[in-house]
Amino acid sequence: MSSDEEKRNAHFVDKAPFNPYERDALTPEQEKYYLASQWRLTWWRLKRHRLAYVSLIILAVMYASVFIVEFIAPYAQETRNSNFIHHPPQSIHLFHDGEFVGPFTYGTDFSVDMETLKPNYVPNMDRVDRLRFFCSGDDYEFWGLIKTDFHFVCPAQDGTLFVFGTDRLGRDMFSRIIYGARVSLTIGLVGITVSFFLGIVIGGAAGYYGGWVDATAQRVIEVIRSLPEIPLWMALSAALPVTWSPILIYFGITIILGLIDWTGLARAVRSKLLALREEDYALAARLMGAKPKRIVARHLLPNFASHLIASVTLSIPNMILGETALSFLGLGLRAPVTSWGVLLNDAQNINAVAVYPWLMLPVVPVVIVVLAFNFLGDGLRDAADPYKN
Amino acid sequence: MLTFLARRLFVMVPTLIMISVLVFVIIQLPPGDFLSTYLNELQSQGEAVDPAKIEFLKHQYGLDQPLYVQYFDWAWGLLHGDLGFSFEYNLPVTEVVGDRLWLSLVLNFSTILFIYIVSFPIGIYSATRQYSWGDYGFTLLGFLGLAMPNFLFALILLYYANVVFGTSIGGLMDPEFINQGWSFAKVMSVVEHLWAPVLVIGTSGTASMIRRLRANLLDELSKQYVVTAHAKGLSPLKVLFKYPLRMALNPFIADIGNILPQVVSGSVLVSVVMSLPTTGPMLLTALQSQDMYLAGSFLMFLALLTVVGMFVSDVLLAWLDPRIRLQGGVGK
Repeated sequence: MSSDEEKRNAHFVDKAPFNPYERDALTPEQEKYYLASQWRLTWWRLKRHRLAYVSLIILAVMYASVFIVEFIAPYAQETRNSNFIHHPPQSIHLFHDGEFVGPFTYGTDFSVDMETLKPNYVPNMDRVDRLRFFCSGDDYEFWGLIKTDFHFVCPAQDGTLFVFGTDRLGRDMFSRIIYGARVSLTIGLVGITVSFFLGIVIGGAAGYYGGWVDATAQRVIEVIRSLPEIPLWMALSAALPVTWSPILIYFGITIILGLIDWTGLARAVRSKLLALREEDYALAARLMGAKPKRIVARHLLPNFASHLIASVTLSIPNMILGETALSFLGLGLRAPVTSWGVLLNDAQNINAVAVYPWLMLPVVPVVIVVLAFNFLGDGLRDAADPYKN
Repeated sequence: MLTFLARRLFVMVPTLIMISVLVFVIIQLPPGDFLSTYLNELQSQGEAVDPAKIEFLKHQYGLDQPLYVQYFDWAWGLLHGDLGFSFEYNLPVTEVVGDRLWLSLVLNFSTILFIYIVSFPIGIYSATRQYSWGDYGFTLLGFLGLAMPNFLFALILLYYANVVFGTSIGGLMDPEFINQGWSFAKVMSVVEHLWAPVLVIGTSGTASMIRRLRANLLDELSKQYVVTAHAKGLSPLKVLFKYPLRMALNPFIADIGNILPQVVSGSVLVSVVMSLPTTGPMLLTALQSQDMYLAGSFLMFLALLTVVGMFVSDVLLAWLDPRIRLQGGVGK
């Protein structure tokens, strides 16, 4: 009986020292995750978002190529191939007669349809024009500084390479689209800088000071928002003096685009500031004697900085579309400046489009960029939300 | 409800005044005016211009007055339905404009209607069948509609109508009705032509509307009261229509404030491409030739259209949602 009792009372005691925090210990991965900054977390989440990540890469490549357009484009911007006016797009082949010859194009024979006077280009299957890579082609001035003729790809000697066809002056559409990217892609960035600045300052002032500043800002925003964008843009860009140089017009247009687009951002900043101002941690900071500027910049702004970046990303495509529309109507940029909208200006005439449909090709990069920005913005918005997962 | 209406109408007044000032400033922005351009043209053609005539013209159009006087003249005229004088056509603006304003109104209104009719069922479908093939398909279509500049969509439509069907879908009526009085046949012709521009202008708006309705409805559907309703054995359709849909409808209606300026913008562009007899093409030429009163009245009309549209949407919201009606605040 007593031995039974002993057995019951005797219990196992581990001799090893007891560490009460053992269960809370983190694996290295967990530690990395928990110690990561908000930005790093956002980045990881964005990387998991396939579509947004791919869009980011596409945009990065496109923006990187803006720096070296002269090198990428097979022809110079204004080179006129006067023998090949309205040449249809050429395809690049790899095999000729079942034999591998590397990338090449077939030469074309030219004739004129005597009834419609429409130029008629027929691929000549005997003429194999092998493409040259890292070659010398049209002269250009790299960034307006270095005179060179070095290209990534050029047509064969006396051959042609019109991947997207040529326009009414025989200029290569593909090269011009690449050159146009420089204006079309940057115009959104410059415009968004203007609208970002205006939105933060006006929205911040309205949200922070409240009172009559807020009331005035609200009225102004309401008025601007109730005006349809495109007619307003049209009116403002029609007001740009004709005597201005293309570069001035470019900045004029970006500022016009930015001037009207800031309202959404200002509203977001204002409402966020108004809500966050009342949070306990803002009160705590105030009680500890933090200056208003510090409270806004250190405590409130980081709360929605990522949200702001997402909404900025979503409004860049709007600007790109705006520029395209204005230039298409002939109110925005004008030749000799090349942007996708200016290129599309040639496609305004429906008869031209019916006969030379490749004039509509500049819309392809527009759609790609706008889609990419939209996907990236959506992904960023999801990734920046700290309460998800 | 009456006080709400009165207050909401009262708020519109300062907004409209500010818009009119803004529009006036904008049409005054271009350096020079139509008269000086016109005189330059005459002089360059070697025609002598009598200074007295210039003075007379300037006086007649009020161009020698200070700007604020010009503004008050213009605004006063607007209130009386006098839209000013078109320099280019040498006619009062009211006569130049003709049916264009009404046709614009019809076009924009049908587009809004189209957007609602199309996006409503699709939005519900996408939300209730989330991540199904249909949902993905509509999302993709929606994104394409968003990314495609609508003037290009118009071009492509025109192109295919031309190449495939051999017809032209430009214009808003058959050619024989242009410059004719209104008749039943003419109305029918307009209705027949309306679909193409409405489709083109409506796509981007429909896309964003579907996305919004879908997101709102999804938020509502994941709430606990829906689970409770399901658990208590309410039929799925009733659960959907009785509460979550009504909640999700609010932003849907309120969104007209965002959609309307977008639609009006789009319609201006598309009418230029499709050469519709609406405000778009004439606004473009008026802006280019600095025909300021004509451009001004078009801009004013388009702004008025959106302001009134927002008013209607607010009234609808108040009617739909007692919270807004009783608090008087416009929930945005």
